[in-house]
Amino acid sequence: MTKYKKSTLKSIVVASLLALGVQQSAQAQISDNVVKIGVLTDMSGPYSDFSGKGSITATQMAITDFENKYHPKFKIEMVTADHQDKADITSNKAREWFDREHVDMITDLVSSIAGLSAMKVAKEKNKIVIITGAGSSKITNEGCNDVTVHYVYDTYATGQGTAKAVVKQGGKTWFFLTADYVFGHSLENDATKAIKAAGGQVLGSVSHPFPSRDLSSYLLKAQASGAQIVGLANAGDDTINSIKQAAEFGITPKQHLAALLIFISDVHSVGLKQTQGMYLTTGFYWDRTPESRAFSKRYFEKMHKMPSMNQAGVYSAVMHYLEAVQSTGSDDTKTVMTQMKKTPINDFYAQNGHIREDGRMVYDMYLAQVKKPSESKYPWDYYNILATIPASEAFQPLSESTCPLVKK
Amino acid sequence: MMRTVTYLILLAIGLLLPHFVYPVLLMKILCFAIFACAFNLLLGFSGLLSFGHAAFFGGAAYIAGYLIKNLELPTIIGILGGVLFTALLGWLVGLLAIRRQGIYFAMVTLALAQMIYFICLEAPITGGEDGMQGIPRGNLFGLSLQSDLTLYYVVLAGFIFAFLLIYRTIHSPFGQVLKAIRENEPRAISLGYDVSKYKLLAFVLSASISGFAGILKMLVFNFATLTDVHWHMSGDVVLMTIFGGIGTILGPVVGSTIIIGLEDQLADSAGDMVTVIMGAIFVVCVLIFRKGIVGESVALYQRMLGRKNLT
Repeated sequence: MTKYKKSTLKSIVVASLLALGVQQSAQAQISDNVVKIGVLTDMSGPYSDFSGKGSITATQMAITDFENKYHPKFKIEMVTADHQDKADITSNKAREWFDREHVDMITDLVSSIAGLSAMKVAKEKNKIVIITGAGSSKITNEGCNDVTVHYVYDTYATGQGTAKAVVKQGGKTWFFLTADYVFGHSLENDATKAIKAAGGQVLGSVSHPFPSRDLSSYLLKAQASGAQIVGLANAGDDTINSIKQAAEFGITPKQHLAALLIFISDVHSVGLKQTQGMYLTTGFYWDRTPESRAFSKRYFEKMHKMPSMNQAGVYSAVMHYLEAVQSTGSDDTKTVMTQMKKTPINDFYAQNGHIREDGRMVYDMYLAQVKKPSESKYPWDYYNILATIPASEAFQPLSESTCPLVKK
Repeated sequence: MMRTVTYLILLAIGLLLPHFVYPVLLMKILCFAIFACAFNLLLGFSGLLSFGHAAFFGGAAYIAGYLIKNLELPTIIGILGGVLFTALLGWLVGLLAIRRQGIYFAMVTLALAQMIYFICLEAPITGGEDGMQGIPRGNLFGLSLQSDLTLYYVVLAGFIFAFLLIYRTIHSPFGQVLKAIRENEPRAISLGYDVSKYKLLAFVLSASISGFAGILKMLVFNFATLTDVHWHMSGDVVLMTIFGGIGTILGPVVGSTIIIGLEDQLADSAGDMVTVIMGAIFVVCVLIFRKGIVGESVALYQRMLGRKNLT
């Protein structure tokens, strides 16, 4: 009897030890010795200019640089696809990548629709997403979860920074032209708060379908409102079309435009003549420091364009992720997320950066103004950096966050 | 006999396939197969070309999603509620549309479907461009649907149910009358049939089964989006049905398998070219296989048999 008991005990001990061992080795291991990164981006739609092929190139550069620097024991692979800015395509692709291709992390995700859908799938499958392209502040508020990092910008940061600066310059009355989906509405909301706080006034707003080629009727409404400033709560091709068509209708220069989110690729395609003097908030400008110039020149050789803040941000995000995998020796979601949140980010892209508990990566942002054509000395010499918005002020403070992960 | 054996083999393949192929893809194919079969009931067997079936497919998904997610009702109530809704919607649309024929019928259905699309875009509960996301799968008859494999068998059962229902309808006296209407409507009227009533019933039936397909797709992917109610979706189902073979029982199943399978395979490699490739396939199909894949195969088989009998 005692003998029987003893052997049972022994086997229990052995079994639990084994289980422990298995668990530990599972934590400190990389599944099939491959870290697979998925770049889910807009290859053909209105946002492809500041993401798309450029984001893929930036990811590839990050992988190559990482391999050259650390000579990791694991293999790194990349898969790419076009999410066409649609919820169902993003969800299907993300699900398939996690299930079938064993992708560990998905990045880019250019529209808010895509970002929010991918986050939900990632949570269900317990994998990581690092959103760089999408901007809705919903991502780190009511929509937040513990497997998501929101890396580059959000509507709070760009909308608020720009709106504040414009009101300060005397642009007191506003009318919004808003892309009719979650991103546009968050941009409008965040900017409205900042305008009211700075003593400005919002006269009204009009929503246009996303994407839109013809914005004339909406622009005429903005013109009729008589507001000093027409706030463009849209992005990519919609912003480009708004600026061009506003000039055609003679709205500018009588009323001024304020693009609440504009990328250097947009400025490049519209030209300085029509964008000069515009204020904008950005996390990255290629010509700001020697490090940013060095990266951008390497990027330019491959793409023949300067990187947008999103494309540079993808590089930084992928590098930060891979370094977390390298230092923990694991691609387990929780381990890597903890490591990424623990490590501060200081590279050519981000200064004083760290990832908060709500998933928001906060870092210094910059208030910039588009140069006059006469001031621009060489190709892509587009911005004057006016001020640094410190990390603590650039983003929505945690006290205002509605994310359930934030302990108050 | 031969037919029973074929169906049994197909059933066995259906049961074993998820162990070899990604179940989510299979479920998507099955959902579209139900949708295309329902559409074929109307186009193939009643001769009515509806260009607004997406309204039923997507509308039901939204209604069921609302019942399950916002009202937190059990999945089965969501399914029944969604189907009931599409039956009513189908009755309304049908009532207006069957007064016209041919291209006018198609246009009326398209116009009404666009109205549904606009409601889905603007209504506060649908989430606009973001769609209705994160709809839980829930339980069905005490069975958790969380695992893809379990859900696959539920979808397969749903498909078999819908398929048998359509099969039975087609082979019933009701189905014979529908075929008579398709072939020669004035003659059917002269024989004393109330043609409008038959057409309306076929329309409601087709709409309800389309809604059922939409709900299953919503459960598979946990969301309902504008893509499901967009007129492209109405176009896709026409393509699947024509490609597989109008008026054949298995045609829509083959059509949806090939088209969804191709889309899945080409999505990564071809990118933007997918639509062009699909278009080219469609052109080839219309020019060479007028009866669709299944239609042509059956015709070929019958020709061979006929020759054998002669010699």
